[in-house]
Amino acid sequence: MREKRLYLVITFHTTSAAMAMESLCAEKGLPGRLIPVPREITAGCGMAFRAEVEQEQSLLEAAGAADIQVDGVHKLVI
Amino acid sequence: MIYLDNAATTMRKPEGVIAAVVKAMESMGNSSRGTHEGALDAARSVYRTRVKLGRMFGCAAERVVFTCNSTEALNIAISGTIDSGHHVISTDLEHNSVLRPLYRLQEEKGVELSFVPADKKGNVDYADFERLMKPNTKAIVCTHASNLTGNHIDIRRVGEIAHSRGALLIVDASQTAGAFPISIKEMSVDVLCFTGHKSLMGPQGTGGLCVGEGVEIRPFKVGGSGVQSYSRTQPTEYPTRLEAGTLNGHGIAGLGAALDFIEEVGMDVIFEKEHRLMTRFYEGVKDIEGVTVYGDFSRKRSPVVALNIKDYDSSAVSDELSEEYDIATRPGAHCAPRMHTALGTVEQGAVRFSFAYFNTEDEVDTAIQAVREIAQ
Repeated sequence: MREKRLYLVITFHTTSAAMAMESLCAEKGLPGRLIPVPREITAGCGMAFRAEVEQEQSLLEAAGAADIQVDGVHKLVI
Repeated sequence: MIYLDNAATTMRKPEGVIAAVVKAMESMGNSSRGTHEGALDAARSVYRTRVKLGRMFGCAAERVVFTCNSTEALNIAISGTIDSGHHVISTDLEHNSVLRPLYRLQEEKGVELSFVPADKKGNVDYADFERLMKPNTKAIVCTHASNLTGNHIDIRRVGEIAHSRGALLIVDASQTAGAFPISIKEMSVDVLCFTGHKSLMGPQGTGGLCVGEGVEIRPFKVGGSGVQSYSRTQPTEYPTRLEAGTLNGHGIAGLGAALDFIEEVGMDVIFEKEHRLMTRFYEGVKDIEGVTVYGDFSRKRSPVVALNIKDYDSSAVSDELSEEYDIATRPGAHCAPRMHTALGTVEQGAVRFSFAYFNTEDEVDTAIQAVREIAQ
């Protein structure tokens, strides 16, 4: 298993919102990528946006400006 | 990419399927809407596919109904046959496409539900179907194969139990249609629900149900049918009764070509190859230290291997397989909550490797090596 480290993980209520986030970040050149939701957040399924913790403010501002509904914002060692 | 998520959808399709969809998009009008050549082209294509599906599943062509997928077919079958005062038996193996329509009926109409439990290996005891029967049992709704473990349920046996008590058998064949011989007549199935994009190798957005003789299903949706336009109600004849609105003619043309491919290659040949690949993978991973494989590999099954590595989050393992090895698998809960509860994998989920005809032994060996390395 690869080494774990701290990441910012943003979750969404729907896959559509996750796709909107990915599309927005690609458009704005904001780094990060979609991952399966880690079990530390919730058992089950779905996808989340993983980025560097320093990106929190810029990502949340971008999401807010684009009306993308965020479910939760987590800092996790994964 | 090494694609091992075929239980979600087969990504590689036969070339004929792609060609048929393209051709349909260049030439087809709307089936059952007039008699110009475009409309007839679509109507003929839809009909040909209906006939082929009927032949595959032992069902009269006019009782093969098209839907967008298995979920829609199951919703139609369940909500169209079960009502207040009824009792239904289902199993722990079910997908949410069976569970949620049943839970909704329980909530909204007070329908009684009983579930045949699964053991730690994901198997059922057939005596439980008998044990759970009540005088008001209207139906057994049951999967043919678990999408999580790949274990099969002997549908013929369940059908005999259902019919001996005057109950219907509604089957979710999402994981088996196209890969295993199914005859609704011979297996005492009243409604068979299938999807077109998994083992049938057709496009997404195709699926349907085969409705047995004498089975009455209330329409889930009503609307345009291209016939009996002045009637205020949906025509009662199958398949029109359950097919309001324009069909996915382009997708159904692709599904027709997929059925040709399966017939040409042979369902038994496809099954044998998929089973061989699955067994190769299973044999390669089962003894790796820290690997837990779920399901029963001593019986006939679908080509699925669900596993966990140590106590690692299945999401993290699947992501590593994707990022570091370019291997596509599915992590998490697989829309099968009762099955995860039975297996004890609610928190961890499971990493599912699922195989299809176009996979190769080299791909399987690469996947085995990847599991070995992650487990180190």
